[in-house]
Amino acid sequence: MDATRELPSLTYLNNGHGLKSWLLTKDHKRIAILYLISISVMFFLGGLFAVGIRLELTTPAGDLVSSDTYNKFFTMHGVIMVFFFLIPSIPAVLGNFLIPPMIGAKDLAFPRINLLSWYIYVVGAIFTLFAMVAGGVDTGWTFYTPYSAAASNTNVIPTALGVFISGFSSILTGLNFIVTIHRMRAPGMTWFRLPLFVWAHYATSLIQVLGTPVVAITILMVFVERALGFGIFDPTRGGDPVLFQHLFWFYSHPAVYIMILPAMGVISEVLSTFSRKTIFGYSFVAFSSLAIAVFGFIVWAHHMFVAGISVYAAMVFSFLSFSVAIPSAVKTFNWAATLYKGSISFEAPMLYVYGFIGLFLVGGLTGLFLATLGIDIHVHDTYFVVAHFHYIMVGGAIMGYLGGLHFWWPKMFGRMYSEFFSRIAAILVFVGFNLTFFPQFILGYMGMPRRYHAYVDEFQVLNVMSSAGAAVLGVGYLLPVIYLVWSLKKGEIVGPNPWAASGLEWQIASPPPTENFAVTPIVTHEPYEYTPHVAGEKHVV
Amino acid sequence: MSDAVAHLDAHGEAHAHHPALQHHFSTMQQQKEAGTLGMWVFLLTEVLFFGGMFMAYTLYRVWYFDAFAEASRTLDITLGGFNTAVLIGSSLTMAFAVRSAQVNEKGAIVRWLILTILLGGVFLGVKAVEYEHKFVEHHVPGPTFVWEEAGAAGAEMEASEESHSSSAAAIAEAGGVEAHNALLQGRTQLFFSLYFLMTGLHAIHMIVGIGLLSVIGWMAHKGKFDAQYYAPVEMAGLYWHFVDIVWIFLFPLLYLVERHG
Repeated sequence: MDATRELPSLTYLNNGHGLKSWLLTKDHKRIAILYLISISVMFFLGGLFAVGIRLELTTPAGDLVSSDTYNKFFTMHGVIMVFFFLIPSIPAVLGNFLIPPMIGAKDLAFPRINLLSWYIYVVGAIFTLFAMVAGGVDTGWTFYTPYSAAASNTNVIPTALGVFISGFSSILTGLNFIVTIHRMRAPGMTWFRLPLFVWAHYATSLIQVLGTPVVAITILMVFVERALGFGIFDPTRGGDPVLFQHLFWFYSHPAVYIMILPAMGVISEVLSTFSRKTIFGYSFVAFSSLAIAVFGFIVWAHHMFVAGISVYAAMVFSFLSFSVAIPSAVKTFNWAATLYKGSISFEAPMLYVYGFIGLFLVGGLTGLFLATLGIDIHVHDTYFVVAHFHYIMVGGAIMGYLGGLHFWWPKMFGRMYSEFFSRIAAILVFVGFNLTFFPQFILGYMGMPRRYHAYVDEFQVLNVMSSAGAAVLGVGYLLPVIYLVWSLKKGEIVGPNPWAASGLEWQIASPPPTENFAVTPIVTHEPYEYTPHVAGEKHVV
Repeated sequence: MSDAVAHLDAHGEAHAHHPALQHHFSTMQQQKEAGTLGMWVFLLTEVLFFGGMFMAYTLYRVWYFDAFAEASRTLDITLGGFNTAVLIGSSLTMAFAVRSAQVNEKGAIVRWLILTILLGGVFLGVKAVEYEHKFVEHHVPGPTFVWEEAGAAGAEMEASEESHSSSAAAIAEAGGVEAHNALLQGRTQLFFSLYFLMTGLHAIHMIVGIGLLSVIGWMAHKGKFDAQYYAPVEMAGLYWHFVDIVWIFLFPLLYLVERHG
């Protein structure tokens, strides 16, 4: 590129200075940056607890921390990563930043509610961090009763309140997206011209607005039981703890799709750009997002196969759980078909996409093992389950998040990061991830239970492999912090469309002006109109 | 790709902007449609929020019908019925407020809103009296909960039943009666836990609604609304009607479990 490029003079970043202009902003792009900073902080906090867990598990004896402390470690790791990182990650950062420009809008439908959602998130996070500082919580991120309501003597109440509060942030984000996608599309931006990223977020938002209130009321019921002595799940008064599990998983299973669906949206965007091809089977990929959202709501009891539900209920839920594989496979096969005969390249965002597809495949297929009643009873509450959901939530959601962050980073800040280091980081994350979690499948299959700080000597080799992998993974996560922050000042200025991508968001300046579009665009083309084998204005280092 | 995006000329920008039109909407129509859809989606989340409690209620009512029926009979049906009428009345006055906004009668908006707020206040006042009764009767779940001192009618009925039954049988079943009472002690607490949680959350929604209507009333008083822009009145109305409808479900479920006999 020519070295004379300059950043646009007026962007969302320099339109208003000082802390106040950020804390009172109604610009969806600035709110996305606020979210980016807060969830990154939470991610590294949650990561610290993972470090503690992996350190403890390098030796068979429980010698580093007491079992009580260990319980707090995995609980805080889970609570922070699930509610304060994974759920907001792609929607609140990338979705917030990109949905309005992708559909030709100046902002989300409710800018003030958008800002409110960030403040609610922060208040929820403060409650949870308070619980952490005050001594931690040890119920597991699932808050199962009666332990959480009566037995645990740790800080359940502030943690539960923190999760309860942060749920409303998620609801408001989903509500904002649904209304924005329905009502704010530019002329000509029909439903079937929407980027698949937007479709994925639409499906995600449906889960957020329909599922989150259920877990909110469930946590509130635990709260009144613990704080006020009410009895709703209390077996001594005739209450049913299994009811808690039903209500909890009614949200918390679909919550997995809140994490993975937006990542799938990222994959569709990045994959088509770097294979210079239209997405294969656009409408199938779009509707498979909705199908995953719908199926996601009717499979929750597969978390409860050993909780005493009836064998008939278990068979129905087993069958329904298998059916989620259909829309998931539709996506994977369509991505593979998109790559076929494409002009494929290997930029950092694309490396994350390849990683995602591989890891999601393993995570998804082991999900079928777990949906099988007989196998589930064997591996229930073992490391097999831990490995499975990390393949989906870390291997899937975080790969998607990092891929998307790298893909749209030059759009968000107008500058490019180090191509070399970003590729190294993507490879480290992939290798480190597999080294961390693949041994856990074997450990679980051999019978190592989750949530214990000690184990039998036979499991040590695999556990040391896992801890070593976690160290590699940690480096893979820290590297981007360094080169991305470096790029903010020193990165090469690359102009509006460094990847020669087709989406509407690439037609505006990088970084975009506050109002995105000076005049509302009229969309006349289909999405992903790439011409194969014609290199566009591609970024070259 | 640059030809993918044609640009809209100043069409539509020619009209003078309504002062309430936010910068990111093109027309008042678009702004109103967005607000309305947003409100309905919000109410959908509210349905699921209350839905969790209705689920718990349904399960336990099916399992412990007798305990729920007995506990339900201690609620004051007169006050509950009165409150139902008050709340339905407040929905009517709310509808009049929205109507006044539509036909641009600014004074009437404020008057109807004040009446709605007053009716909401009456509802909350009566609810407080009912709560106070429950406190006095030790029907608040937790360590202080006592079921034996149930409503006078229930206690009398039990006493008369016992005096009727032959003493021998009564003594034989003494252990059974004790166990039965222990079960009732727990299960009626389930009922009252749900009663306080459901009506309590409903009351919190009422309080939020009253705050909302006060703000809307103030805005109306300041002349912020006209025939083109009255969406906030309408949205507050939707919320108020929703809270009303929740009570329409709560009243029969909590007060009328088994009133006959």
